[in-house]
Amino acid sequence: MKKIFLSTSFLFLSLLSAFAQSNGVEMATYLRSSGKIWVVVLVVLTLFIGIFIYLFTMDRRIKKLEKDK
Amino acid sequence: MRKIWWKILAASFVCISIVAGFIGPVPELPILNETIRNVYFHVPMWFAMITLYTISMVYSIKYLSSGKVEFDTIAVEAVNTGIIFCFLGLLTGMQWANITWGDPWPNDPKLNGSAIATLMYLAYLVLRNALEEEQKRAKISAVYNIFAFPIMVVLLYILPKLTDSLHPGSGGNSTFGDLDMDNYMRPVFYTAVIGWILTGVWICTLRYRIRLIENKRTQLS
Repeated sequence: MKKIFLSTSFLFLSLLSAFAQSNGVEMATYLRSSGKIWVVVLVVLTLFIGIFIYLFTMDRRIKKLEKDK
Repeated sequence: MRKIWWKILAASFVCISIVAGFIGPVPELPILNETIRNVYFHVPMWFAMITLYTISMVYSIKYLSSGKVEFDTIAVEAVNTGIIFCFLGLLTGMQWANITWGDPWPNDPKLNGSAIATLMYLAYLVLRNALEEEQKRAKISAVYNIFAFPIMVVLLYILPKLTDSLHPGSGGNSTFGDLDMDNYMRPVFYTAVIGWILTGVWICTLRYRIRLIENKRTQLS
């Protein structure tokens, strides 16, 4: 479960950075890449991925507690 | 509800809505400018809240008809989670209003309605703490909860639409469907709403499971 989640999030992040780089080359066509908005997107995304990882670990810990009974 | 796929769906939908919400195209409007993107983040809070309150009301009815304590626990935890989303919605709305309407709390019927609705649900939690006897507490608060729900819907969604409100879709205001003429925003918005609703339900189930474990502990000791 953890493996699936980690691999999907890694895939997502690497896709994102690849996308951001290709934007960097075609600066003139993309209005927002010159304003470095991708950095903000990356930061917010990291925050939320962190929160979701936290939720997943909490879920697992509760599952363990439930099995103890 | 303990399957993992819908939790992954929740996480990925919220993340997709963040990327698309920041980068995707939006209509160019005066005053709102780029803040129109807040639609993807502020509005889903209220959708998550009303979903959780609906779950709470349904389980209150189920409790009254069956008398199972678990249903009462679900009802409380749904309100507990819903109130977090309500406060997040209020806070983000105030930050947005401060810039676009010039005042964090203009005397808008929707804002005042949401304040009253919030107090009503806080009263629900206070009421529960005030009653000692378990069965009495569960029954009285379930009845209160069932009555609070329609009043909340009226205050938040019906009364503001009847009068002049700054929110879209009220009085003579256009709805967001009219503003978003190219339908750029709709798919992102729905992704965000589904993602946040699922996240809210997920947090609610976590709280419920913790409460179940706690209840078992207190019964054993």
